[in-house]
Amino acid sequence: MAQLAFRNVTLGYDRHPAVHHLNGEVASGALVAVIGPNGAGKSTLLRGIVGILKPLDGSIHLGGLDSRDIAYLPQSAEIDRSFPISVFDFVGTGLWRDAGLFGGIGKVARVKILRAIASVGLNGFENRSIGTLSGGQMQRVLFARVLLQNARVIVLDEPFNAIDSKTTADLLALVKQWHGEGRTVLAALHDMEMVRTHFTETLILARGPVAWGPTAEVLTPENLMVAMRMCEAFDDSAAACAADDAHSQAA
Amino acid sequence: MIYDALIGPFTEFEFMRRALAAVIALSLAGAPIGVFLMLRRMSLVGDAMAHAILPGAAVGFLLSGLNLFAMTAGGLIAGFAVAILAGVVARSTGLKEDASLATFYLASLALGVTIVSIKGTNIDLLHVLFGNILAMDDQTLLVVAFNATVTLLVLAVIYRPLVIESVDPLFLRTVSRAGGPAHLAFLALVVVNLVNGFQALGTLLAVGLMILPAGVARFWSRDLTAMICIAVIAAAVSGYAGLVLSFQTRVPSGPAIILVATVLYVVSVLFGGVGGLVRQMFPGRHLEA
Repeated sequence: MAQLAFRNVTLGYDRHPAVHHLNGEVASGALVAVIGPNGAGKSTLLRGIVGILKPLDGSIHLGGLDSRDIAYLPQSAEIDRSFPISVFDFVGTGLWRDAGLFGGIGKVARVKILRAIASVGLNGFENRSIGTLSGGQMQRVLFARVLLQNARVIVLDEPFNAIDSKTTADLLALVKQWHGEGRTVLAALHDMEMVRTHFTETLILARGPVAWGPTAEVLTPENLMVAMRMCEAFDDSAAACAADDAHSQAA
Repeated sequence: MIYDALIGPFTEFEFMRRALAAVIALSLAGAPIGVFLMLRRMSLVGDAMAHAILPGAAVGFLLSGLNLFAMTAGGLIAGFAVAILAGVVARSTGLKEDASLATFYLASLALGVTIVSIKGTNIDLLHVLFGNILAMDDQTLLVVAFNATVTLLVLAVIYRPLVIESVDPLFLRTVSRAGGPAHLAFLALVVVNLVNGFQALGTLLAVGLMILPAGVARFWSRDLTAMICIAVIAAAVSGYAGLVLSFQTRVPSGPAIILVATVLYVVSVLFGGVGGLVRQMFPGRHLEA
């Protein structure tokens, strides 16, 4: 059964497509790596899935889920780490669905938060300000928040960037645990060896889909070469997309 | 002697008691807003908004003279209009909010001074620009207290989304649609408190009692709750000491309050436990772990 379905999805900024005409489905419980060079549209696609970015064209179906029920791990550069918030409080934001605007953080919730922090190996860091953490520790904090969200679909934007091999191994084990629990996981990644070894399905993006399917079939030198040749720059004088016209006429 | 200097003015004169009550109300509401302005890197946005309320207050002045209710209502309308327009322009066009506000506030300031100069004298203009907390009557004090109460209640409602939006806006957008409304409500609170401060400190200094105490708090704590408490105390101390200074030396009250806050800020920059200069120069022996 499809958990996510993309119907001629185009996502982008200021009318310029960053991901062009994506069609396909992600099965419930799938473990999908989204790969491609910088600027290929990986983060844009993930933002479209979690509802931060509305498609310029086409649609994304979430298999009956609300986009707010999807756990999203943003790139840590998007987080203002100078803000005075403790690890406990930051991880606790993962309980938003239960607590909302006014809900209290009671004893049960506190135990959940502490367990999530312990699960990522950060015992004793509860009262530390997030601004005092290393890059790897911050990444563990973000994973703890995703744990707490307890979501059916988990979307990870470059979760293993700039962290050491021990932290990567620990966090990768969590990803595999989520997959084992039947959750749907999509992760934007750069490490081809990790993708080949641990991810069953791969989508190669280069501002549009290059290939999508079982990792062993998709991750070929030819496909990667096509992706590498992608043009990063937006063309300000580009004409309106003819494929969109054809699609709307067909519809 | 000390009693006469520090407490006497407030036991002896009703206008001093009213002024003290007003600065405490301003501190309780304005300082937390200032902390969020600082943490959201919007300190100068607060300054810009202070100028933006001027044309509304000036229209109130044009219609009713130095009537504080008319000027307050005008200031609120102008401030909300500029805050909402700047917020909408920034969110719908991608223009940074500070750039958007700069455009609106410059136009507002020019318009406001023009309107005041049509009817008023230079003294009126000084009153609008720098306020006069010692001339506050009971009704105005009630307005200030009411605005402060509303501010604290609304801040309690939007506190959670405001914190999350400040630290991780993308995450908030994935779990809730509260970010946009919380931001707009926050801008509205900025306006309410600027208008509140405008009665006491004038349009040019109103933002001072919000931003300077927040800056003080930044040098003493890494915890948000503690920062808010420190900012409120710093603002109240500035207000009290500024009033005493003004009473004893005949320095205008608004500038006296802001000057005391500036002294607290300088002391914090020098001796603050979190990033203070002296602490950086003499950090002490390093710890074992």
